[in-house]
Amino acid sequence: MPNNSKGMYNKNLVIAGIVIFVILAAFPFWFNVGRSAPAPEIILTEKAIAAEDCVRDKEYMTLEHMQLLDVWRDAVVRDGKRIYVNPKGVEFNMSLSNTCLDCHSNKEEFCDRCHDYTSVSPYCWDCHIDNPQGD
Amino acid sequence: MNANYMYSLIAVIILLLLAYVGVAGMHLEVLFGVIIPYAAIAIFIGGFIYKVVDWAKSPVPFPITTTAGQQASLPMVSPALIDNPKNKTGVVIRMLLDILLFRSLFRNTRFEVRDTNKFSYELEKWLWLFALIFHYAFLTVVVRHLRFFTEPVLLPVQLLEKLDSFFQVGLPVLYLSGVALLAASIYLFLRRVFIPQMRYISLPADYFPLFLIMGIAGSGLLMRYFAKVDIVSAKELTMGLVTLRPTIPEGIGAIFYVHLFLVCVLLAYFPFSKLMHLGGIFFSPTRNMPGNNREVRHANPWNYPVKIHTYEDYEDEFREKMIEAGLPVEKMPEPKENLEEGKKE
Repeated sequence: MPNNSKGMYNKNLVIAGIVIFVILAAFPFWFNVGRSAPAPEIILTEKAIAAEDCVRDKEYMTLEHMQLLDVWRDAVVRDGKRIYVNPKGVEFNMSLSNTCLDCHSNKEEFCDRCHDYTSVSPYCWDCHIDNPQGD
Repeated sequence: MNANYMYSLIAVIILLLLAYVGVAGMHLEVLFGVIIPYAAIAIFIGGFIYKVVDWAKSPVPFPITTTAGQQASLPMVSPALIDNPKNKTGVVIRMLLDILLFRSLFRNTRFEVRDTNKFSYELEKWLWLFALIFHYAFLTVVVRHLRFFTEPVLLPVQLLEKLDSFFQVGLPVLYLSGVALLAASIYLFLRRVFIPQMRYISLPADYFPLFLIMGIAGSGLLMRYFAKVDIVSAKELTMGLVTLRPTIPEGIGAIFYVHLFLVCVLLAYFPFSKLMHLGGIFFSPTRNMPGNNREVRHANPWNYPVKIHTYEDYEDEFREKMIEAGLPVEKMPEPKENLEEGKKE
């Protein structure tokens, strides 16, 4: 039931508490004042454009590429299998450095843009070097 | 089957279907992606302030601090300065320990009548443990979600993500907090269902938030690990909301809107439910009052100035009539004056 009495008890403390609450709860709003965060645009290399098809179709790759790479890693490292056959029957060498990065050799404009935007830091790059062609 | 939790479950399922059908079937993305989130955050902040102000206006008539230790009294008796604080410092420490570590729940005991017909009290730490897991997992999840509301993502948020995905299970890496949140809320639900006393005192208002949080955690886990949604578009939408330039990007899965809608329901429901213990803990007289009621007199704020009519005033008013009626009076009128008055008459 709403209270009709006029004053608040411990007014200063309560108002301080309310201010802290509002600052915390509205953090994303005041933090982003004057900022804009357009979705990143990824750039395909000419080789990627020329290839047209990735290992799987674009939608699958957008959503599931991390899982594909995880399965690849286990297949290669644990089972010694190196050949992946996609649903269309095309064979690929299961290799991040030699297959993926062969076309997508522009890690900074391709991988990193979305990863940075969504704060994803894949540990792929702990071992794999960005651009095998450079070496 | 229990009506209390069945109603709550059905309510959450209806909410879930509402968002799913609204987006997947009727394409009400603007309603579920822009209008409802803004309304929910406004209700949350507005309702929260309303509640807090209302509580702040409510007087505390008695010092009803709960004590779990010796009150400060004579110098020879050693007082429990945190469990029965005698000043503000002690109160602040007690509140902090209660809010951060749930010491009140840690004291939870369960009593049973054993076959010998004797009461036995046992420590019951599961509630404390799972409540702690639940709240800290929830906090971690909320802070982690700041990656959808800040650009560039703040360093502390990134560090927390690293810590939360410490074991690097699978890809996308498993966040421990998400699983912990779902598991703990399921425990808190089962506890209410399987312990008879708990089932007896549980109401739809107890089950509904649990189902809602299970729905939120479940849909979150689902779209991170199983039925994936386009996370870049999802962040485009959330960033649009917080930069006040709302956009509805194409092709986010309907499950994202289900998740968002359940969060909105939680936010809007929050100030008017038991969840408001987030603010209410600070207003608990049993926690926030010092146990100094022998030292300091607590004046009831309800006390209003009472019009007093003392016996002396009463006698002054009725003395003559009392004497006439032969009643004893404390102060006899001075006889001389009376006689003189009598003569004049």
